[in-house]
Amino acid sequence: MKNVMSNKYVIALYTLPALLLILTLIYIPIVLSGYYGFMDWDGIGEMTFIGLDNYITLIQDKLFWTSTYHSFLLAIFSTASLLLYLAISLVLASKIKGSDLLRKIYLIPMLLSSVAIAQLWMKIFDPTNGMANKLLEMFGVENTPIWLADPDIALYAIFIPVIWQFAGFYILIYYAALKNVPDEIIEAAKIDGASSLQIAYKIKLPLISGIFKVTIMLAVVGSLKYFDLIYVMTGGGPNGASEVMASYMYKEAFKLNNFGYGSAIGFGLLVIALFMTWLISKLTKSKDDVQF
Amino acid sequence: MKKKAFSSVMTLALAGGLILGGCSSSTGSNGESSSGDKTVVKMMHLWPEGSSNAQYTIVDDIITAYEKENPDVDIQTEILGNEQYKEKVKVLSASNELPDVGITWAAGYMKPFVDGKMFAPLDDIAKEDNFVAGTLDAFSVDEKPYAVPLELNITPVYYNKEIFEKYSLEAPKTYDEFLNVVETLADNKVTPITLGNKDRWTGSMWYMYLADRIGGPEALNNAINRSGSFEDPALVQAAEEIDKLVKMGAFVKGYNGLSNDEAKGYFMNEQAAMYLMATWELPNYTTTPDVSQEFKDKVGYFKFPTYEGGKGDIDSYVGGPGVGLFVSEQSKVKDEAKEFVSYLVEEWGKRSVVDAGVIPATVVDTSNSELHPMYIDILNDLGNATNLTLYADVQMSAGVADVHLNQIQALFGGQTTPEEFAKTQEEALAAEK
Repeated sequence: MKNVMSNKYVIALYTLPALLLILTLIYIPIVLSGYYGFMDWDGIGEMTFIGLDNYITLIQDKLFWTSTYHSFLLAIFSTASLLLYLAISLVLASKIKGSDLLRKIYLIPMLLSSVAIAQLWMKIFDPTNGMANKLLEMFGVENTPIWLADPDIALYAIFIPVIWQFAGFYILIYYAALKNVPDEIIEAAKIDGASSLQIAYKIKLPLISGIFKVTIMLAVVGSLKYFDLIYVMTGGGPNGASEVMASYMYKEAFKLNNFGYGSAIGFGLLVIALFMTWLISKLTKSKDDVQF
Repeated sequence: MKKKAFSSVMTLALAGGLILGGCSSSTGSNGESSSGDKTVVKMMHLWPEGSSNAQYTIVDDIITAYEKENPDVDIQTEILGNEQYKEKVKVLSASNELPDVGITWAAGYMKPFVDGKMFAPLDDIAKEDNFVAGTLDAFSVDEKPYAVPLELNITPVYYNKEIFEKYSLEAPKTYDEFLNVVETLADNKVTPITLGNKDRWTGSMWYMYLADRIGGPEALNNAINRSGSFEDPALVQAAEEIDKLVKMGAFVKGYNGLSNDEAKGYFMNEQAAMYLMATWELPNYTTTPDVSQEFKDKVGYFKFPTYEGGKGDIDSYVGGPGVGLFVSEQSKVKDEAKEFVSYLVEEWGKRSVVDAGVIPATVVDTSNSELHPMYIDILNDLGNATNLTLYADVQMSAGVADVHLNQIQALFGGQTTPEEFAKTQEEALAAEK
């Protein structure tokens, strides 16, 4: 076995299927979309080479930077909500009654498809008949918000289901990580007289910091490329108030028949996402990653 | 280091998946053309059973009948809602996977497909005489038809008679009367008008009518075909009127966030008194079995009222041919597809009148059929129409249409001034030439 695995040809052979898949499904499309970015193309007829025009337009495009700003807002919100998820997981992992059931409840949104979630929340946000405004009316609020139709709050209104949607996923990750913290360490701390808060802050959190960094990365990159709920719930509207990078790319390519420019936006999105990944891994780098 | 590599790959994977998402759409339609010894003709249309029941049933019946007459042909349908359909067709055509037969809109929407040689010319099956004058032209490029029209629509204002009676209101004939209706309803906390302006073309129809009534049909048409300007005083004034309606509380709460289907719900549930929509909605008020007779009896319609001192008359309509059928140029079963299309158009003309209350684009003799009175009235109105203005967003090219539609949403949302509204569109139209 050892001989087989050290044979370079065998290694190449074994990695080939995965390599081919990644190449054809990921790297080649990336290169292609970068290439389409140099074209003036309506997606149907002939392509014309226009050099860097699309990319120059992109840099000067106010709408693109507004949508980038919205994407970053989402990234900030979802990163901040990681703390909430972490707090919930800490409670769940501390062997309270019914934690099993609660964990399953938190997981439910993850099992729903994005479109179903979007439809559900559109009903909740309906300005006249929706649950949100009916509740507010019950508490005597008179000028209930119009949620998705108000350019000042549409984007934030969508953040709520987004944060709700991913709760289960992150709670699951944190919960698993917390369960991995060895009992001996916690028992030792208890014997030394540490309170449960101290145990959480001084022992559990440092021990799962590696996982925490990974989730930050996932949340930021996931937010930057986020698309589904926004597309279904507002389509980027009203008048661009909830447009994010991915929905802007989709709109240019598929609604306005600008496949060339749409590809350039996609490429811009890729560059921004790569840069953020690099930045985060640099910022969260620490020498003393704990191993146990 | 390892983690960094991992995360880079992860990012690439995520971003790559996104870029790819667009290109790898679902159905491969051109691949297999025959299953067993049957010829498969793939068709896509936009009348889901739930929301456009009448149209869905007609198409379904026609297909069944056609398959019976032609046992060697198998018609397979894929059905999507309006907005999704519009986008999916573009995705499919970008990857050369258009269905053999599908639905398209006229003029500006259709042009890129024709320029890109995606639609087959249909001059061999479309005969001018079979269609209502002008409808085939809307689907023609350089005198050659690339799709055959199915429907012809005008856009009346539907209203709930019961609500009107309750506040002793009458269907308005002038704009001042109309404003009075709106005011009375708003004062009594009844939603006067339901509007799904998330879809934007819905608000555009309100604007188009006001522009027509104030400046006559030429004002907007000239602005779009560049013999005039969008900063024409009539067009600015129309925008001011919209602004006024919004401030009066004429439209349903949160209209800019509601889709047309959601907004329609307010009218169907009698939570709003008026609804401006094209005659493709007629089946819901006449023939559709799912809608209660009690509600159908409450629905009436009126022509968009005239504006005092305005140039447009009451018999001028926003409307025109709705959708048409195309045959894909890439189709491997083009002959069968064309044959099916001409059969469908003919049958559609016969059945749509009687069964659905949809106005077909084909010339049909209706004298022998028993028709719903509202339908006959509309048909008469259509006969007396002095002008039909095609929907602005269909007239314009995709890019300008998007500017127009966004400005409509901004205007209704109070995020722009009427002057700004006109100026932005003038700039977009001017930049194109």
